[in-house]
Amino acid sequence: MTRTAVALVLGGLLGLAAGIGGYTFLYAKGASYLTNDPAACANCHIMQPYYDQWRASTHRAVAVCNDCHTPPGLIPKYATKASNGFWHSYGFTTGRFHEPLRIKESNRRVTEQACRKCHAEITQAIDPAFDGPHQPRRADQELSCLRCHNQVGHF
Amino acid sequence: MDETTQSKRARRGGWRLVLLVAAVAAAAAAGATALLVNVFERKQEARNPFYRVVELNDTIDDPAVWGKNFPLQYDSYRRTVDQVRTRYGGSEAVARTPDAVDPRSVTAQSRLEEDPRLKTMWAGYAFATDFREERGHAYMLEDQTFTERQAVKQQPGTCMHCHASVYLPYKKLGQGDLIKGFEAMNKMPYQEARKLVEHPVSCIDCHDPETMQLRVTRPGFIEGIRTLKAAQGVADFDVNTMATRQEMRAYVCGQCHVEYYFKGEDKRLTYPWNKGLRADEILAYYEEQGFSDWQHAATGAPVLKAQHPEFEMWNQGIHARSGVACADCHMPYRREGALKVSDHHVRSPVLNINNACQTCHHWPEEELKSRIETIQTRTFEMRNLAMDALVALIEDLQKARAAAAPADRVAAAQKQQRRAQFLLDFIEAENSMGFHADQEAVRVLAMSIDASRRGQAALGGMTQGGSPAPRAAPVSAGAGR
Repeated sequence: MTRTAVALVLGGLLGLAAGIGGYTFLYAKGASYLTNDPAACANCHIMQPYYDQWRASTHRAVAVCNDCHTPPGLIPKYATKASNGFWHSYGFTTGRFHEPLRIKESNRRVTEQACRKCHAEITQAIDPAFDGPHQPRRADQELSCLRCHNQVGHF
Repeated sequence: MDETTQSKRARRGGWRLVLLVAAVAAAAAAGATALLVNVFERKQEARNPFYRVVELNDTIDDPAVWGKNFPLQYDSYRRTVDQVRTRYGGSEAVARTPDAVDPRSVTAQSRLEEDPRLKTMWAGYAFATDFREERGHAYMLEDQTFTERQAVKQQPGTCMHCHASVYLPYKKLGQGDLIKGFEAMNKMPYQEARKLVEHPVSCIDCHDPETMQLRVTRPGFIEGIRTLKAAQGVADFDVNTMATRQEMRAYVCGQCHVEYYFKGEDKRLTYPWNKGLRADEILAYYEEQGFSDWQHAATGAPVLKAQHPEFEMWNQGIHARSGVACADCHMPYRREGALKVSDHHVRSPVLNINNACQTCHHWPEEELKSRIETIQTRTFEMRNLAMDALVALIEDLQKARAAAAPADRVAAAQKQQRRAQFLLDFIEAENSMGFHADQEAVRVLAMSIDASRRGQAALGGMTQGGSPAPRAAPVSAGAGR
């Protein structure tokens, strides 16, 4: 076989893989996950009740999913999206995940941060771990917003 | 090394690379295709909650036919054959030798053997002969057909209302009129009515065949809830058009899991809700009607039997108050692929804490189970106190009658026995050991104990010296945490 023939076969195979992969990406609305649109989170049917709850909640007017479920900053934001995107797809494809759904510890920390991002005035005033913007946080005094307000984004 | 060998090796290396790249590309294509198909399947599942394989209508009561359109629901519905114990409920498979009268090879444990005081309470009534722990929905018809209670007393066709899929048979018997069919079957002897029914509770009893909407098909509930709503100031309540979706998720269960009696010569099934749903309100209604189920064999008192008032007790509890319906805990949602299906394997939530409780209560399973059992253990202790008090009253009454005590004292004590017995049975017969409404259960049991002791006091001098001091159940230390 000549070099050209080999290159053609190889190129064809790579193109086939890329084509099928690309179509799968389009068909599964892959690009929508890069946006901020909350509807994208409900692409996969399992998130529909959470999306519906958020739409009826008070936070609907001021925050979308990404405001509370991803950290600030472009790189942390997309790193979180990539990690959750991978594990959500993995769980939904294999069907192996805990029900009722439970938030992971790392994601809970992200949402906890989100409360403090917007409600800083209130949280700083009542947070015993906070001694001032230039003081280290007193970890043993940590308060959790979500311990009491754990459904606040969805009701 | 000569040149030809070198170039041969290079060529072989080149081929290896080509094969490797081809294999990787093929694997990637295969993986992407598999993912594509999976995404496609999930999307299809989400789009079509079911496929119409057969046309359903109001004349098909065979659940297997409905199951062709709803295989997931049907599959879980069939699982109600399971026999699993919980600490205070659930049934255990007990082997028996089939005979000519009763072909069953498995039944449930006898409650009469577990607690012989029940025989004293029900002396002279069919329940003192045979009373077993209830099994799942799948057995409702079979277990009633073959209970030994049938041999003790002629049972009426009324029983079919809740022990069979009776919607279609009622309609046929009433020539299209549900209520007429209901009235006709009530008057039949049990064995005659039994020939008209085939299935235990099935799809058609709770669902509209066209829309799958929940619906109430039982005349007893249609009339009972109308009576209750009228007492609450809502006139002409029609359950099938005026109830909310969430109410219906409790009402379809309340069609049968209620206290009832057979009214008058026609044996019309009636839910005694004219004064309200609480045990003492129901008792007040029976007093007003002058109704009694039987005459107690040991004391001659005209007494009442309470029957599984789950709907009434749930109504007094915190879950009802918070808008949580029967189906939320006993038929919680589960997931099949992209589909959300309500679990038709109706059973104790204790056996399914993850789906039943943890959707709302974010605590470990063991913690939730121990909360439930704490409530049940406390109720059970209180129930035992009430049972001992009742047995003591019955013994005293027997002695008083044997000693020809004054008729007015005996009558007063009999009246208290009737009260004590109904209130105790209300909690005893209710399938949650207090969980559906814990404080209400204890309130009712306290009234029962009060009535038993008042009955003993009414016998006055008769109890002094002659009868033993009231026996109290030992207080176990297990309840507190």
